[in-house]
Amino acid sequence: MQIDPVNNKRPVNLDLPTVVRQPFPALISITHRVSGVFLLVGVGFLLYLLQESFSSPSSFAELQSLLDGVGVRLFLWLVVSALLYHWVAGVRHLLMDIGVGETLRGGRFGAMAVAAISAVLIALAGVWIWS
Amino acid sequence: MGRNGVADWLVQRLTAVVLGVYTLWFVGVLLCTPDMDYAAWRGLFAPLWVKGFSLLALLSVVAHAWVGLWTVSTDYFRPTWLRLVFQLTCALVLGYYLLWGIQILRSA
Repeated sequence: MQIDPVNNKRPVNLDLPTVVRQPFPALISITHRVSGVFLLVGVGFLLYLLQESFSSPSSFAELQSLLDGVGVRLFLWLVVSALLYHWVAGVRHLLMDIGVGETLRGGRFGAMAVAAISAVLIALAGVWIWS
Repeated sequence: MGRNGVADWLVQRLTAVVLGVYTLWFVGVLLCTPDMDYAAWRGLFAPLWVKGFSLLALLSVVAHAWVGLWTVSTDYFRPTWLRLVFQLTCALVLGYYLLWGIQILRSA
């Protein structure tokens, strides 16, 4: 009998607290994925901004007034935040690829470092976007 | 893609490095140019190497996103039809971004 690795009827973990409560490094990992999927939308937004910025001096000025809107500015901050977080978590991934922080302690420390560094960068980006 | 795991792994890392460096460069430019106006913005993208670097970043985004989204789809979407619909949507969106991005860089 051939076993389909994707669609086999293996038992499912129904103990929801153990599904929802994950170790901290696992939360950093899933957030890395979520931010990556969100950036599929984010890249479209950034491409639109790039297109409008090039077409003419008037469209460049219109873009600046568009970004004065609270909703658009918040969305830009959200996209920039996802990008910064994905960048920091990605750098950690590359470091672990070359053998840095692969131990259990290193993994926990790295996850906390990603949370702390990206939080600072996201806050700085917010200050920059709103100033 | 998806046939060879090692190739996917390598593409994901190489494009990550390109995108990481491009992001650093772009943030550096923004920080060094607090009063960006239209002329300065156009001037920034005028050199050929900036256009080439941006094209490389665009290609990297598309490849990086494809490997990442493909991985996510095989991890979370069990029914084959759902996985294929998701992958097809991603491929169409990324293909559109590629053509659109090239068009934008040509106007830069």
